[in-house]
Amino acid sequence: MKLSGWGRYPVVESQPLLYSSYAALVKLVTNIATCIPHGNGRSYGDAALASVHIPMRRLNRMLAFNESTGLLTCEAGVLLAEVIEIFLPRGWFLKITPGTKLITIGGAIAADVHGKNHHIEGCFSECVEEFELLLPDGSVKTCSHNKNTDLFQATCGGMGLTGVIAQISFYLKPVKSQWINQASIKTNNLKETFEAFEANANSPYSVAWIDCLSKGNQLGKSVVMLGDFAQDEDLNYLPKKTIDIPFNFPNFALNKLSVAIFNKLYYCKTAAGTSTQKVSIDQFFYPLDAMHHWNKIYGKNGFVQFQFILPKASSYEGLAQILEKISNAGTGSFLAVLKLYGKQNDNWLSFPMEGYSLALDFKMQPKLEQFIDELSRVVAAHNGRIYLAKDALLKRDIFERGYPKANKFRALRQKYALKSHFQSLQSQRLGL
Amino acid sequence: MSAPTNAPWLLILGANSDIAIATAHKYAQAGYNLYLASRNLEELNKFAADIQLRYGVQASALAFDARNFNSHANFYAQLAQKPGGVIVAFGAMHEQVEAQKNFLLAAETMESNYIGAVSILEIIAADFELRSSGFIIGISSVAGDRGRQSNYIYGSSKAAFSAYLAGLRHRLSKKNVTVLTVKPGFVTTKMTAHLDLPKALTANPMEVAKAIYLAVEKNKSVIYVKPVWRFIMLIITHVPSFIFNKTKL
Repeated sequence: MKLSGWGRYPVVESQPLLYSSYAALVKLVTNIATCIPHGNGRSYGDAALASVHIPMRRLNRMLAFNESTGLLTCEAGVLLAEVIEIFLPRGWFLKITPGTKLITIGGAIAADVHGKNHHIEGCFSECVEEFELLLPDGSVKTCSHNKNTDLFQATCGGMGLTGVIAQISFYLKPVKSQWINQASIKTNNLKETFEAFEANANSPYSVAWIDCLSKGNQLGKSVVMLGDFAQDEDLNYLPKKTIDIPFNFPNFALNKLSVAIFNKLYYCKTAAGTSTQKVSIDQFFYPLDAMHHWNKIYGKNGFVQFQFILPKASSYEGLAQILEKISNAGTGSFLAVLKLYGKQNDNWLSFPMEGYSLALDFKMQPKLEQFIDELSRVVAAHNGRIYLAKDALLKRDIFERGYPKANKFRALRQKYALKSHFQSLQSQRLGL
Repeated sequence: MSAPTNAPWLLILGANSDIAIATAHKYAQAGYNLYLASRNLEELNKFAADIQLRYGVQASALAFDARNFNSHANFYAQLAQKPGGVIVAFGAMHEQVEAQKNFLLAAETMESNYIGAVSILEIIAADFELRSSGFIIGISSVAGDRGRQSNYIYGSSKAAFSAYLAGLRHRLSKKNVTVLTVKPGFVTTKMTAHLDLPKALTANPMEVAKAIYLAVEKNKSVIYVKPVWRFIMLIITHVPSFIFNKTKL
């Protein structure tokens, strides 16, 4: 069958390995040649692509929930969306969520995902009590912050290359509402945007939509959005129906969507300063999930998402350089997402570090690879790194510079005989 | 979040099949408590936990072996609350060529798909008849509509099962008991995920479950999940032998 990530580039022929029970999966893992676990296919590039894959979505049972601590135990193929649908009406929400709820819990660990509250709560691994990891020798290892720590730290962010994550216990957080009180701050340039982030470091959630086309003294103009859960006791949550984008958009339609979103967010606001709104959790956390196949707006050749982070000290200079390159080239999406992150964790291949991250889409076209490489080199020159969950094009030398624990990761792969069993196109490209 | 104590129970026999799993979700969502029965208790315990967490209904895992006929009476007797409905979703399917060569595989197919089904359903039908209520769902197959060289051992066991359900329906129609025969056609399941099945003819398990739920509500007799299958099988069953025998079906 044809398989691709969310960016629909690259597309590969891949054979699924089928299993009919948990026991069959354990057995399967001991008999495989090389393959990669594949969750809901929402990593953008080639992280979950290989000629053979293990579909993880069918391992999707919830096994236990502790009403007093919020500890949920479930299998790896459960979607964040399912957790929300079932537990938000009971007053619980994800402690850490990325910008889509359509990923599996296993995928959340494999990419050590983060969200709008990274500056306070950190990555997904922070809310993980423990998980079960299936290894090729047939053993099932329980990994936590203090049990099999090497496997835990390599697996969180390890892109599925350290074994099959089978079962996870992680904490939800109590909430009092399905609504978010949101404040939007309009800024006129990158300096103001940075100031808004730093002045609101205590806000539980923060993110900015940045206008990638503005130049000169408007470079970096944004809408910074802050939020926190409302306290109104309204938990009557019904997930919204999604709108399907049923076919590949013709090329000229590219960016119409993002322009429309930006106009709505940006120009409908008062002339300057801060405005407040009450929005649903879906609007706040998952604005793009509402359009079911929004990845098709980039046409049938697909797109690449480019997300990097720079240490705080070099963030301003590096971002200004990159934004200028992007606005000059005019090939990126009009919109990008900017955020100030909190402290780096101990996991070996986790993406976040303290500093600013920018994420934007590029429609796949002939010269893109070269342009992305050019941008990556600016990132590396400023001691930053590229997010592996989004990546399809990163070169190995740039990867090495951004991920100093890569060799430790390789050694662990050797130690547990993982390299001969788990490989993705990404791991082959990066020599992992 | 717990269901009312008088909520009805659905008994799912062969509860680890993909169609059974989807049907369990559908009925639990509608407020049914579930008896989940199959040979694999380890899987069933996880499934029962999942159903309870998701829907706040009761779900209990039970060991059941369709081919252990002698155990069936006790199996049904042990159910504290008698079910309001039952679905037979168990079954065996072996490669036709293997089953031709090895009679044990052919026998297993017949024992599971037909004899086992008759054994347990006669016990349940007697109870439903006595209570003058209930519904019985049998997952049969389009393969039973006409024997074909590619799967006639499996197909003939399903033909027998379909004929059995038709007779049971006839008998219980006077007793307010619904008997539904389901012929799913192609279904994407864990065992067919690697096949390139024609999209227009292929249902996913959730579609099958919804079709089943609706058909029971409407007191239907026989359903093909994708209506086009009724048409296809109409043709297949009416093609004269001298033409049929030249096909590779």
